[in-house]
Amino acid sequence: MPDDEPLHGPDTLVEDEDEEARLEDAMARGATGGLQVESATATAAAAEGGVSDYQASLWGDAWRQLRKNPLFLAAAVLLILFTVMAVAPGLFTSRDPQAADLSRSVETPSSSHWFGFDIQGRDYYTRVIYGTRVSLIIGLLVVGVDIVIAIILGSIAGYFGRFWDGFIGRMADIWFALPTTLAGIVFLSVMGERGLLQVSFVLIFLAWPTLMRLMRSSVLAGKESDYVLAARALGASNWRILRVHILPNGIAPVIVYGTISVGIIISAEAALSFLGVGLQLPAVSWGLMISGAQFRILQSPHLLLFPALFLSTLVLCFIIIGDALRDALDPRLR
Amino acid sequence: MGRFIARRLLQAIPVFFGATFIVFTMVYAIPGDPIRALNGERPISESAQRALRERYNLDDPLVIQYAKYIGGLAQGDLGETFRGQPVSDILKQKFPVTARLALGAFIFEAILGLMAGILAGLRRGSFMDNLVLVSTTVVVAIPVFVLGFLAQLVLGVELGWFPIAGLQQGWISYVLPSMVLGSLSLVYIARLTRTSLVENLRSDYVRTAEAKGLPRRRVVGRHALRNSLIPVVTFLGVDLGTLMAGAIITEGIFNIPGIGREVFLAIQGQEFAVVVGIVTAGILIFIAMNMIVDILYAVLDPRIRLA
Repeated sequence: MPDDEPLHGPDTLVEDEDEEARLEDAMARGATGGLQVESATATAAAAEGGVSDYQASLWGDAWRQLRKNPLFLAAAVLLILFTVMAVAPGLFTSRDPQAADLSRSVETPSSSHWFGFDIQGRDYYTRVIYGTRVSLIIGLLVVGVDIVIAIILGSIAGYFGRFWDGFIGRMADIWFALPTTLAGIVFLSVMGERGLLQVSFVLIFLAWPTLMRLMRSSVLAGKESDYVLAARALGASNWRILRVHILPNGIAPVIVYGTISVGIIISAEAALSFLGVGLQLPAVSWGLMISGAQFRILQSPHLLLFPALFLSTLVLCFIIIGDALRDALDPRLR
Repeated sequence: MGRFIARRLLQAIPVFFGATFIVFTMVYAIPGDPIRALNGERPISESAQRALRERYNLDDPLVIQYAKYIGGLAQGDLGETFRGQPVSDILKQKFPVTARLALGAFIFEAILGLMAGILAGLRRGSFMDNLVLVSTTVVVAIPVFVLGFLAQLVLGVELGWFPIAGLQQGWISYVLPSMVLGSLSLVYIARLTRTSLVENLRSDYVRTAEAKGLPRRRVVGRHALRNSLIPVVTFLGVDLGTLMAGAIITEGIFNIPGIGREVFLAIQGQEFAVVVGIVTAGILIFIAMNMIVDILYAVLDPRIRLA
């Protein structure tokens, strides 16, 4: 699997890196003392009894920290740009991605056509811009659905334990054991027509175990905490304990890994399309463009370069945002 | 320890059956009639068709087919293609190629990953450390097929150091594809080594060792590094399995006749037995490597087996 982007990164690794990032940041904070000062003033304001607009919620604090992270801001701005590209590609180009002029086939980049032309003589810049849409939709759709699956199954497995934990855990093991690329190829070969929905569907199935396991372990940890015990002693129902006390904190690692997963899924979609089992022409997708460029990388490297550059940048955005979120969401730093 | 191994073995059984059954069901559902595909344009007689369907159990219900398949598998029989070639022969022929590729990737990622991780972990915040962190993040973001083409363009064509495709030139043909295949795991290994080394360098026993006046070499090599390598070794073990099952894209880019390309040919030719055979082998390797690693972990770290 390492050959394609692993849909399931090794869990232990993610956690270890988590730990590392925390420690690292804690050190950095200790040196500058920036955040402590801020929270100290906030506590002081609260102690004065005055009404302060500072609300110490997990996500509020995280946002305060994220705002000061230049790497996060850069990635966020880029991501917004990509989103606009996906929603309204017409803002970036007035040409038609399918309009072909064979006389201009594989023309190299020029001042009027920044990315040159593809083999069919279609404006490559326009096609690369239009390609953003499927990548972003598939990435967000797959991870969105998987997060919902993770929350439901992870909560059941972690909170109710026993039979459900065993059952859901084994199901996850089974799906986890399937070699991702191989299984992806087989599953997609079964589908007669391979569009956005079919590709997303297959990726949803192959990617859910990791997120579910993360959710389960954070529910397990939350279940043992004192405030959950207190809530139970006060007679709160299971549903209320899960919804109000466990989920709001427990969901943080899932969101963090989910963000990084969006990048991994986008990469996986491109890989499947590249292999010819993902999206089909005439869909406009970066993976397909790279696939079309592969036999002429010597003659026309620009055909490979531009979609690859966009693809890698988008993936990098999600990885950076995920990393920044992880650092910001950890309450131990504050 | 015996109980730990027994429990681990028992856990692997349902995983194996579940995963292979999913694949079997899926392959069974691939559209098209294999007998028709076998004969191409020429019509085939009713009775011959029936005989072929009988021979490959095509008319049995899915579950029976699966049971027959598993029965054969237990005796080392992976079935045969519709042209009568045993699937195990195909695997024997193609697997060594993929295995060599995976081994090359394994050596590459282990050596370079460990070196980068140790150099970064020993001096946190140094230039080297930042270099490793930044470069690993970038490598993760670049999809492997793009990395493959870049390697071909730069190392193969521009610099001319390595052949860019095929296996005609012996072992050196494996260098470039192995590097590309191992690149992603290299990142994980470098980061894992760095993280775990940094953590251990801060631990009490390292401070004790330093307080005793041991030289730095010995503190790092004997005390910190040894413990830091436990998670890395386990990751490497699991990875050897996934590398073998996952070389498909790399094999495609570098035109290497391993099992990855075989899967593609088999799907196109509707050779179900080959597809199922290869994926089953992939699952088996994955489960086996995971099990070995878990046991190894328990041997190396008493906290696991005593928990």
